[in-house]
Amino acid sequence: MEFRENEAIYMQIAGYVTENIMLEKWLPEEKLPSVRELASDLQVNPLTVVRAYEFLQGKEVIANKRGIGFFIAADAVQKVKNYSKERFLGQELPELFKSMYLLGISVEDIAERFEIFKAQNYQTK
Amino acid sequence: MIELTNLSFGYRKKELLFWNLNLNLETGHIYGLLGKNGAGKSTLLKNIAGLVFPTEGTCKVNGLSAAKRLPSFLQELFFIPEEMELPSLSGNEYVRRTAHFYPKFDHAQFYKVLAEFNVNPDDNLKQLSFGQQKKVMITFGLATNTSLLIMDEPTNGLDIPSKVQFRRIMASSITEDRCMIISTHQVRDLDSLIDTLLVLHKKEIVLNKSLDDIGDRLLFTTSGNANKEGVLYTASNAIGNNTISINNQQHNNKVDMELLFNAIIDDHTAVIESLK
Repeated sequence: MEFRENEAIYMQIAGYVTENIMLEKWLPEEKLPSVRELASDLQVNPLTVVRAYEFLQGKEVIANKRGIGFFIAADAVQKVKNYSKERFLGQELPELFKSMYLLGISVEDIAERFEIFKAQNYQTK
Repeated sequence: MIELTNLSFGYRKKELLFWNLNLNLETGHIYGLLGKNGAGKSTLLKNIAGLVFPTEGTCKVNGLSAAKRLPSFLQELFFIPEEMELPSLSGNEYVRRTAHFYPKFDHAQFYKVLAEFNVNPDDNLKQLSFGQQKKVMITFGLATNTSLLIMDEPTNGLDIPSKVQFRRIMASSITEDRCMIISTHQVRDLDSLIDTLLVLHKKEIVLNKSLDDIGDRLLFTTSGNANKEGVLYTASNAIGNNTISINNQQHNNKVDMELLFNAIIDDHTAVIESLK
């Protein structure tokens, strides 16, 4: 895995885990790779994986079963959505706002494009 | 597990490399030791390994004075120097003659890791290339399962695929009972592996901090994204400025070890102060 420069590695690992959950590569109630396995796969210090798992545990995406390991929560997908929303609103949106402000783009411009985008990509609604 | 107390050392009495140096290291961590050329990284490692003796102060490993070089100390230590002279023996024969000095030596692990590195245990060590020799010694060191493993520039001489192997193997070899110290100039080879950074500068350890802590306190960004009121260090390049600033945000960011190291050796004490 190539790590980006602008984000803590443990957050990137948490992102990798949630991505696998959202893509249904890893399913609810399945066991996650052990800390050691994932550390070895990603070539990172095991403590970094522990921190990523603890972070996801805090968000209730995964749960620790004592002595067995970490498991994906039954409602992990919903939890990931909640957390991703939080993250989008907290981090990505301010970045977008900053660009909008600098470039003089109004909310109305964006709203119009958003409607077109939805119509083009998601036709059901 | 390692305790250096008021350690001073110099190869000559009038030229001390370390002065009143204090350092405590624990098991369960991979420490990255950084310092400029000639700062004394290798010499510090040699003090810990009992290969040279402190001029003043003490160095204890597991409560035992390193300088006494007791068997109970030596069997819990493996030191992989930057350059080495290996005997004219096969890997197999080397293990047969040397492994019994290390009570926790794991033969299965030795052969497994050596296979991962694609080195044949039947080959004569003396005839192997520098990189291959290094892989044998890294493998041997890991298989000793000593509580202290010291590596001086382990990735020097390793080709690109071997560096990936090295990181993979290291990540799966660290346990709560082992302490690993890696000295390096190749920070990019190891930045995802090291959890705690040690910086040796001007005869002292000026930094001993986990990367997590550093990432919580300092922000490593281009100047546009920096915390403008709290910029501690700026380095210019062709495209713009890289900065270190006080991290007021709630989230941790990736530590740019090169930038941090440059700030420290340029004597930007504000950076070090902010980490205290």
